[in-house]
Amino acid sequence: MALTGVEIFKLLPKTNCKKCGFPTCLAFAMKLAQRQASLDACPDVSEEAKQKLGEASAPPVRPVALGTAEKAVKMGEETVLFRHDKRFVNPCVFALAIRDTFADADINKKVDEVLHSEIDRVGQKLRIDAIALVHESNDPGRFESVARLIAGKAPEIPVILCTADPKAAEAAGKIYEGRKPVLYGANSGNIDVMADIAKTNKITLGVAAKGLDELAALTEKSKTLGIEDMVIDSGARTAKEILEQNTLIRRAAIKKNYKPLGYPVITFADRDDSLTETLIACIGVAKYSSIIVLNSIEKWKNLALFTLRQNIYTDPQVPMQVEQKVYKIGEPTAESPLLITTNFSLTYFIVSGEVENSRVPSYLAVMDCEGLSVLTAWAAGKFTASKIAQFIKESDAESVVSHRELIIPGYVAILSGALEEKLDGWKVTVGPREANGIPAFMKTRMA
Amino acid sequence: MAFTPSKETYSGKVYPVTIGTTPHEVAFGGENVLPFHAFEGLTPNRPVIAHEIQDVPPYDWPEYVQKPFQSVSNDPVVWAKFCQETLNARAIALRLIGTHPDRESRSPEDAAKTVKDVLSAITVPCIILGSNHAEKDSSVLIAAAEAAKDRNCIIGKAQEANYKTIAAAAMANNHKLIAMSELDINLSKQLNILITQIGFDKERIITDPMSSALGYGLEYTYSVMERIRLAALTQNDATMQQPILGDVGLYVWKVKETQASETTVPQWGSLEERSIAWEAVTATAFLVSGAELLIMRHPKAIEAVEKIIGELT
Repeated sequence: MALTGVEIFKLLPKTNCKKCGFPTCLAFAMKLAQRQASLDACPDVSEEAKQKLGEASAPPVRPVALGTAEKAVKMGEETVLFRHDKRFVNPCVFALAIRDTFADADINKKVDEVLHSEIDRVGQKLRIDAIALVHESNDPGRFESVARLIAGKAPEIPVILCTADPKAAEAAGKIYEGRKPVLYGANSGNIDVMADIAKTNKITLGVAAKGLDELAALTEKSKTLGIEDMVIDSGARTAKEILEQNTLIRRAAIKKNYKPLGYPVITFADRDDSLTETLIACIGVAKYSSIIVLNSIEKWKNLALFTLRQNIYTDPQVPMQVEQKVYKIGEPTAESPLLITTNFSLTYFIVSGEVENSRVPSYLAVMDCEGLSVLTAWAAGKFTASKIAQFIKESDAESVVSHRELIIPGYVAILSGALEEKLDGWKVTVGPREANGIPAFMKTRMA
Repeated sequence: MAFTPSKETYSGKVYPVTIGTTPHEVAFGGENVLPFHAFEGLTPNRPVIAHEIQDVPPYDWPEYVQKPFQSVSNDPVVWAKFCQETLNARAIALRLIGTHPDRESRSPEDAAKTVKDVLSAITVPCIILGSNHAEKDSSVLIAAAEAAKDRNCIIGKAQEANYKTIAAAAMANNHKLIAMSELDINLSKQLNILITQIGFDKERIITDPMSSALGYGLEYTYSVMERIRLAALTQNDATMQQPILGDVGLYVWKVKETQASETTVPQWGSLEERSIAWEAVTATAFLVSGAELLIMRHPKAIEAVEKIIGELT
């Protein structure tokens, strides 16, 4: 648990020397508590205080990077158990499992799938982030050659090297030196040598245990062996185990600041049936996994999982917004109706869904109101006659439709007079108050 | 040093609700922990999935969810029996969508007849839903509740605009009641209070905080459900301890992802698998955030979610 301002204040020199740039030590302490200042700004702080504050200010789930350069992803840094409290920070990584027992042709195909997995959704580019190379051949030479194959074909894709065999680990680790892979497979039998390989090659260590007790013991051991960056696996494989153990891990890290479990969690969904695997992955997305390893990545599955991850990791305090523009619904023509609403994503989804339900091809002009819904935007003075008029004039509305009729939400019927005055040559029609009235409204218009 | 997991004990619990009649009753709710947290408390009942059918043929449903019911969906009675006997449904949700004034505008009497016919053909519990037209639902659900008297059904949905008549009809005929509000924990709480103030038993309400589909506001429903559950458990708030309903199929099967063909959007992959996954993923997210009762459409999505529930409990 983070320290409060007053607790931090007690550890400061209390000289009010102002060298940190703040008028008093208390003011500085308050800024530290809010993480808006760095302790380095205090020249006189004691070593003991530094250590205490350093520990307390470290995030409860350690930040760990996977990969380097453009395709690198961040993991960890989470601060809450429930997304409504505060935004979940680093979206979980999806990785495709590639086994070294596969034929080279299959491996090439799988790598291609990862390379071409990118989908654009609501302005975000989403993709399968990583490859998990799994050592099943029992032949360290084979593991090494597959690692080389993948590194050559997809040099930018981050990898998780899954092997408990130190020989295989060392060979593959060398190939990925400096590229921040994860070496997953340290267990109670090989921890010393695996930690040594990870340390030498500056690799994040993936620790695999059976149960939380053993897991905590293993991370503590790794720490004494000089390993800082880790990802952890409690051995959870069933939906029940994943939900239970991930919850206990996150709870220990957040509520007790329990360091031995304060690392990103890796989950192996590992099912033959792809739909079942999708749902196991859902549990991981919702319940605290930082890496989810999948056996297959069909396009439909990716789209569903990317969308869920996007939904769960959305900032609950910032209204989701959609881009301001005139959207096409169906295949509208120049004679099709033109409706307007605000850019709060939920408003947009509901309105566009109902327009779609009406089966009348239309244009929907979505106006930037800082993500507020219609009534709120109107009350806040962001959805006013003059602003709507300006938006319609500046948008391409006048070129996409040949008519001059604008349908406004029923809740802002009051604007229709003023809007007609400001929008020269336009007729303003008042639509239904609620989106679910749109299909009936459109139907009567068509009749 | 051994790791001691921190277990939570909560002061509140979710009311258990039983629907249907002996020996085919089904119970849900009753837990005193967050969803599937059996490691720290009681989870006596597994969540229930009701198979959705409707009073008129589902020509408004997308192709891939019409297909499994092609030979039965012309007749709600045949359709209901198909769900019970062939799909082993634990419960059935009959949506009287044909009563909507913009649809077939069927009369309350017609709706009551459909309800009677369906109920006499099935033994599993039934959820009876209106068309979500606040005014029309008042008259339709009064007739439907009477037609279903003493079958211990769930009647819904009561909203702020019509809860008085619908709650009274549910009460008079010994049914449970769905209380629906729009994606706001406070509205949800307020509606539960209003309904109990007219004498309806708080332990016979099911809360519907309004569903949404994956990618179309799912996170709002997810967090409202999670907050309702936390209020029920940590604050022992009796107005938030009703089981939660996720009306999944209705919202999922109208979004683009369940309708756009692979030819139109090649990067989205197979439409059939995508649309089934869309419903199953949405349902799974709601189970994890707090829903104890789900209404779903596609048999394959239901089967997959039942399997996950089995693994979670």
